[in-house]
Amino acid sequence: MSPSSAALSVEIHLPLPWFQLECSFRADSEVVVLFGASGAGKTSVLDCIAGFRAPQHGRIALGERTLFCSERGVNLPVRQRHIGYLSQQPALFPHLSVRQNVEYGLLDQPRPERAARVGSILERFGIAELAASRPAAISGGEQQRVALARTLVCEPQLLLLDEPLTALDLRLKSLLLEAIFDWQREHAVPLLYVTHEQAEAYSLSRRVLVMEMGHVVADGEPRQIFSAPFSREQAALSGYENILDAVVEETHSALGTMTCRVAGTALLLESPLANKAAGEAACLALRAGDILVATGRPSGISARNLLSGRIRVIEDRAGMVELRVRCAAGDGPETEFRVHITRGALQNLDLETGQAVWLIIKTHSIQFLRN
Amino acid sequence: MISPLLLSLKLALVTSCLLFVVGLPLAWWLAFTGFRLRFLVESVIALPIVLPPTVLGFYLLLEFGSRGLLGASWERFTGHTLAFSFEGLVLGSVIYSLPFAVQPFTAALAAVDRRLLASSASLGASSWRTFWRITFPLAFPGIVTGFALSFAHTLGEFGVVLMLGGNIAGRTQTASIAIYDNVQMLDYQAAARQSITLLGISLVLLVAINALNRKRNWRLP
Repeated sequence: MSPSSAALSVEIHLPLPWFQLECSFRADSEVVVLFGASGAGKTSVLDCIAGFRAPQHGRIALGERTLFCSERGVNLPVRQRHIGYLSQQPALFPHLSVRQNVEYGLLDQPRPERAARVGSILERFGIAELAASRPAAISGGEQQRVALARTLVCEPQLLLLDEPLTALDLRLKSLLLEAIFDWQREHAVPLLYVTHEQAEAYSLSRRVLVMEMGHVVADGEPRQIFSAPFSREQAALSGYENILDAVVEETHSALGTMTCRVAGTALLLESPLANKAAGEAACLALRAGDILVATGRPSGISARNLLSGRIRVIEDRAGMVELRVRCAAGDGPETEFRVHITRGALQNLDLETGQAVWLIIKTHSIQFLRN
Repeated sequence: MISPLLLSLKLALVTSCLLFVVGLPLAWWLAFTGFRLRFLVESVIALPIVLPPTVLGFYLLLEFGSRGLLGASWERFTGHTLAFSFEGLVLGSVIYSLPFAVQPFTAALAAVDRRLLASSASLGASSWRTFWRITFPLAFPGIVTGFALSFAHTLGEFGVVLMLGGNIAGRTQTASIAIYDNVQMLDYQAAARQSITLLGISLVLLVAINALNRKRNWRLP
């Protein structure tokens, strides 16, 4: 991530029929994934940046160039923005050959330079042998490669990709992605990649902006964003029954783990490494279904967290049983865990209220929340 | 002296060329404008389709005559009346055949995939380049249709020509009026000769358009 003079800065306010688009962010010459459900406003953001629609107010700048500024009445036409926009539809010109499509953006260049640039990009994307074909005569993957070449040959100062590879098979997709990212690294321009697939958002970039109802609700590394629910409320809503305040005791970066003490107790838990220092407060979330119960102390087990406790409540729920188990370290203060097991497990282990049990928690089933 | 058939062909050719020049920008505006009252403009353009040609011819005659605003100015500049002249016929035909050019033009331009136009703009093309390199070639079959329809429609025009041009041999007597004249004079042979020629030209023209449009039917990717 080198600091580039052509960083993108965006501030958009635009009323849409179903919500208000309010978002602002900055992107250096890096790959940024714009992630969100369909209808979260991602494409509207790209349309504003590309110039296909104007924000009600706000400012969009690319390096020194102001593309849009409501205050100063600037709204650069699409053709002067030098932005490459690629969507799921290759939108090739059907009456032009592959070569003519690719050279379309270079018609103002002198003929020899145009020919050289088109030739080299056709080679680079492996479509040189298709140069004379019409778009209708080539496959969907080839069409998308031509569209990509047509966009990149103009050397845009920003790339906007709106789920461009959704229609392609996995092998083809990864090949094209590699080509796109190679190009991005060489030219050091910002790249915004819109997707609604979490797996894609996870693998593509080191920075993800999460959009919900027209707002950017999270901005950070995909690992942080997707492994952790955003807030206590969201964690509770998405099925994390156990939410614990804790304090980081020790970090073991070599092992990729940390030791956390549940606040107010002497109970220690091993968790995955998070961006926190010893002594810092942390909020942990744990699904009730991710905790195992044993009647005796387990041995020879890989799980790193073994807590001894006592069942306080057994509650029969639809389809499963919830246990409330009080745990403590030695004679110290207790904390209560909610544990879900099946009815069969309850009968098999012959569990009763007041019985002593062991809880088994895997390190990676513990998630960090925003404090 | 020019024969009625040649006069008709000349009138039709001049009219459809003028309609191409006038109608294409008009159609482009209709296809892409966000103007709310567009339907009003479209209705006015379509009027000649439903109006009896004699009614249109009557109003044009008033306007083109020495007492009409247009007719009087024309007379001052050229020294002869606009009514009962070839120029008058051309102007009347342009108005009369306007919908036959503009409607197919508009439909063809509006049918061009907007994503292609967006791509063109994001590749740095001006509106002018986008029109001539993308919109026009893709709308070409519809534009040919509009050109040919206005040509054929002008070729067969009767009511407006009669009202506006009179029946001056060599100047305003077109083929359809000559046919009418010949029938009035019971010269059925001459009428038949002229009729079969018009029929032939119209048929050849329509077959040619349809064949052309069939050949140039782009499959979109």
